Amino acid sequence: MKERVVVDLSRLPLHGLGSASVTWWGTLAFMLIEGTGFALVIAIYFYLMSLAPIWPINARPPNLFPGTLVTLILVVSVIPNYFVSRWAEQQDLRKVRIGMVVMSLLGIAPLIVRAFEFSALNVSWDTNAYGSIVWIMLGLHTTHIMTDLADTLVLAVLVFTRHGRNLRRFGDVQDNAMYWNFVVVTWLPIYGCIYWVSRL
Amino acid sequence: MSENVARSDTRDTELGRPLVGAALEDTWATPSGFWGALSTVDHKIIGRRYILTAFVFLAMGGVLAMLIRLQLARPEARLLSPDRYNQIFTMHGANMMFLFAVPVMEAMAVYLVPLMVGTRNIAFPRLNAFSYWIYLAGGLLLWIAFALDMGPDVGWFAYVPLSGPQYAAGKRADIWAQMITFTELSALAVAVELVVTIFKQRAPGMTLDRIPLFVWSMLVTAFLVIMAMPAIMVASTSLILDRLVGTHFFNPAEGGDVLLWQHLFWFFGHPEVYIIFLPAVGMVSTLISTFARRPVFGYLALVMALIATGILSFGLWVHHMFVTGLPRLGESFFTASSMAIGIPAGVQIFCWIATLWDGKPVYKTPLLFIIGFIVTFVIGGLTGVMVASVPFDTQVHDTYFVVAHFHYVLVGGAVFPLIGAIYYWFPKITGRMMSERIGRWVFWLIFIGFNLTFFPMHILGLQGMPRRIYTYQPDMPWSGLNLFASASAVILAAGFLLFFVDAFRSARYGPPSGPNPWDAPTLEWATSSPPPSYNFARIPVVFGASPLWEQNETLAVADGLRVDRRELVVTSLVAAKPQAREASPRNSIWPLLAAISTSVMLIWSIFSPWAVVWGSIPIAIALIGWFWPKGVPEDEA
Amino acid sequence: MTLLQRLAPLMMLPLCSCNGWQSALDPHGESAISLKALILLIVTVCSVVWMLVMIALILALRRSHPPRPRPLQRDPRTARRMGATVIAAVAATVAVISGLTVASFFTTRALAVAGRDDLTIKVSGLQWWWNVEYFGATPDQNFTTANEIHIPVGRTVRFQLEGDDVIHSFWVPSLAGKQDLIPGRPNELSVRAERAGVYRGQCAEFCGLQHAHMAFFVIAENESDFDKWANAQRRPAAQPTDADAVAGQQAFLSKPCAACHAIRGTKATGTSGPDLTHVGSRKYIGAGLFETTRGSLAAWIADPQTLKPGNNMPLVPLSQQDLLSISAYLASLK
Repeated sequence: MKERVVVDLSRLPLHGLGSASVTWWGTLAFMLIEGTGFALVIAIYFYLMSLAPIWPINARPPNLFPGTLVTLILVVSVIPNYFVSRWAEQQDLRKVRIGMVVMSLLGIAPLIVRAFEFSALNVSWDTNAYGSIVWIMLGLHTTHIMTDLADTLVLAVLVFTRHGRNLRRFGDVQDNAMYWNFVVVTWLPIYGCIYWVSRL
Repeated sequence: MSENVARSDTRDTELGRPLVGAALEDTWATPSGFWGALSTVDHKIIGRRYILTAFVFLAMGGVLAMLIRLQLARPEARLLSPDRYNQIFTMHGANMMFLFAVPVMEAMAVYLVPLMVGTRNIAFPRLNAFSYWIYLAGGLLLWIAFALDMGPDVGWFAYVPLSGPQYAAGKRADIWAQMITFTELSALAVAVELVVTIFKQRAPGMTLDRIPLFVWSMLVTAFLVIMAMPAIMVASTSLILDRLVGTHFFNPAEGGDVLLWQHLFWFFGHPEVYIIFLPAVGMVSTLISTFARRPVFGYLALVMALIATGILSFGLWVHHMFVTGLPRLGESFFTASSMAIGIPAGVQIFCWIATLWDGKPVYKTPLLFIIGFIVTFVIGGLTGVMVASVPFDTQVHDTYFVVAHFHYVLVGGAVFPLIGAIYYWFPKITGRMMSERIGRWVFWLIFIGFNLTFFPMHILGLQGMPRRIYTYQPDMPWSGLNLFASASAVILAAGFLLFFVDAFRSARYGPPSGPNPWDAPTLEWATSSPPPSYNFARIPVVFGASPLWEQNETLAVADGLRVDRRELVVTSLVAAKPQAREASPRNSIWPLLAAISTSVMLIWSIFSPWAVVWGSIPIAIALIGWFWPKGVPEDEA
Repeated sequence: MTLLQRLAPLMMLPLCSCNGWQSALDPHGESAISLKALILLIVTVCSVVWMLVMIALILALRRSHPPRPRPLQRDPRTARRMGATVIAAVAATVAVISGLTVASFFTTRALAVAGRDDLTIKVSGLQWWWNVEYFGATPDQNFTTANEIHIPVGRTVRFQLEGDDVIHSFWVPSLAGKQDLIPGRPNELSVRAERAGVYRGQCAEFCGLQHAHMAFFVIAENESDFDKWANAQRRPAAQPTDADAVAGQQAFLSKPCAACHAIRGTKATGTSGPDLTHVGSRKYIGAGLFETTRGSLAAWIADPQTLKPGNNMPLVPLSQQDLLSISAYLASLK
């Protein structure tokens, strides 16, 4: 077919941030997938609870301390996370570098406490269905912290290399921060189920 | 093939028309040979691979079906032992649903959607490559297990407790469960790619109401995949955990529940059939438009019907559980919703018939399959209305009536449009036409063979024949119809065989097709057949829903993109206004490496939970290699 | 008479041609009769709908299509008329679907209004046979049998259904729709036979290797015959008088048989296999595999794995003499 030029694209930027970025949308889609997964395990929790004469089944409710500490760390971490995202939008590399180091530490800290949370559940995954579901909920969320941490660490290294001074990295930092918010937000209902619904 | 690193920022406006193609080919081409094949991220090469692989699985599943029909042709036949039969019917269902039906629809979308929206590659091309290898690995896992007499034998739906640790010995059920993980991972990856491609990479001017209906159907399907597949991931993971590490999700003795499995499975399972059907709906709209020589009647109604079907499909799942003893009131709700989904289906059928009425039908092979689809799918949809009724279902659930129903909707509703679509898009993919003459034979053999094989099964079900039985006794009145169905299946098989023969022959010797042999309206027909590696020399710009019919001789395009860097246009969500000249990744071996390490971890985890820990390390390394910036022009921003 | 009206009865033919003891189209139970009426109604309505859609399709294809120079040319008047037709068709669809939904609800309600359940029978599904327990006014009136259920005609029987191992489904289509037997979730099904007869049922949920051979029989008989049968079943096993049968009883009790099977009135109290107290009175053995004769009993005991591969009865090596005497004994347990 013959062609006629009607639009000139030459002045467009090479990369967009936020909703003009495909990886931003990809991160959103991934959040939708994982969010559905979290919603399902929470639904399973309530389903099994509705069938059980007593809940928790043959177990004391989990010890509150480690889980609440993790919640505190996660909620607090949202603050530096917000700033890292803002600095990335402003393309301030120096501040972003500091922020990524801070977020790396704030990703490791909850994992350390999380290790203690498992035994604080006061039940084993193979004791009964209650034990199975709480271990899965905790495990699912832990997997998310771990994968996001891996992402954060790699990105933290990257922003110190020559690849750091690049709009794409700032977009990656924003996407990473968005996902960390997701990891924190999804923890809250899980925390509610494991620690508080079990005490109702 | 030069690396183009030395040259910087050469735009297509600087080169004359003939040079633009050569320069783009330099930048976008996949090197020939083994390395090129393993590292390509070209959606067309990957899409072709996907389609071919899916059809290989179709053929293998068809062989299994013939074995089933051979065994059931006579009462108390001794062709297959019960163990072998149970593996075969499980494999037939699992293979067709997970390795053929969903992947082939996704594969068609992987190939066609970027072309139809006027972009150069699918979003996340490396993820696309990864998803194919994962799909292949899952298929190999299942079939190699079957060849080793370790095939799953618990039905494609693997109900507990039959598939649980107590009653399913060995690793058969675990292999089934892990195959699910592979195929769902692959499907989810493609779904994400499609959503982002359709949202953000449409040609400038392609507003929401100008998106081709096939693309709309794939958008809705992708969302269905995203929202439904996690349910079966959770289910299959819970099953493996019950079997491997002693969890009690499905063990009623320790607070678990047998029906939890069914709820999880069918919450996925019902949308799954729409994941298969909606792409076919998109194909029907496309083919009817081209062969009725007019745009489809009722574009808005058809889009609304797609969305309504997608949303409603999440509210039907309990109709697979009508005889499990759930509360009557709850079940009745699902009768209403299951019947209600017939309404958007009706809207679609009526709009299509209206299109044919007002158009001028061109009776080529693709249109024959569309007509066959209407005849057959409506039967399937109506038997669906029948089984949607709880009381009706109490007599036909788990009988051959249901077997008839779902084959009518899956074969009539999805496979017929698919074969029509292959006849239609074969010229675009290969540059050659399939045979019209053989196509007619294929159509009639499949249409007649299918109806003769499956219609009697409605009667068999009402006459008391349950499903999933490896044989039946001579004093039951089922022998006659079973023999008839088995004999008719030979006709059906002959039709498919002829189809494969036609496809192979035409790929080599078919007459050259040219860019637009059907005079069709959508953008994929604006480029050559097959398309060059870069799809379009210049990104098209559209002003309506049928660009090639509106723009006749001259295609409106956009220029200003670089030819020394893989560039495409990212546009806004609703109005498709250009936002950025985004980079598209180059060929990479990392997706294959990531797929290999993921497959190793997943297969290992069938045998040991520690696989998840140790197996993650190579995966992490592969992912880091994948995402680490390489300093190529595509990294610039 | 239009072609349609002439064809309609022909279409009903496949639905009525069956003389089945296991057929939804040959109902003799209260539920099954209602269900068949609903089935006929919905099938008829759907057949008419399909035919109308086919007529519309044929008309659309056969319409003499005016040549259209450009695909995008459109006549707004035609478009409006087509729009109105499509909307009318959709409205008709909504009406039909609503009507069928309502018909379905009414049938559900009618089925739920069961008569007072006079008789309660507990059925447990096991791989691949049916355990049947009858309850009387006092516990000493309870008895257990397997694979064959007798019920009195005209009385509503309540079946309590529970899966003992995997999910099974209790389906005797000539009498009622099916209901699953699910481990951990007891279910109930009410059945009322309207006519005396032998009705065959079959497990309708895939349950493993021998799902295909898990049949059962519901024998509906008049009140006095039922009482006679129930009283006979309540009695412990008859002491054998025939020499062969006496030897058979001794052999049975000394071999592994008694570990799995119960014969009330003897030392055999195993519960993992079917109760054999009155096995000789049952029409079939092996959950519908063979008619009960001394020969079929011998064949079964000699090699259960070849006759029903994978079932849970192991091959117990027996001498020819033992085989003959045990089968004589079991055949005598009427």
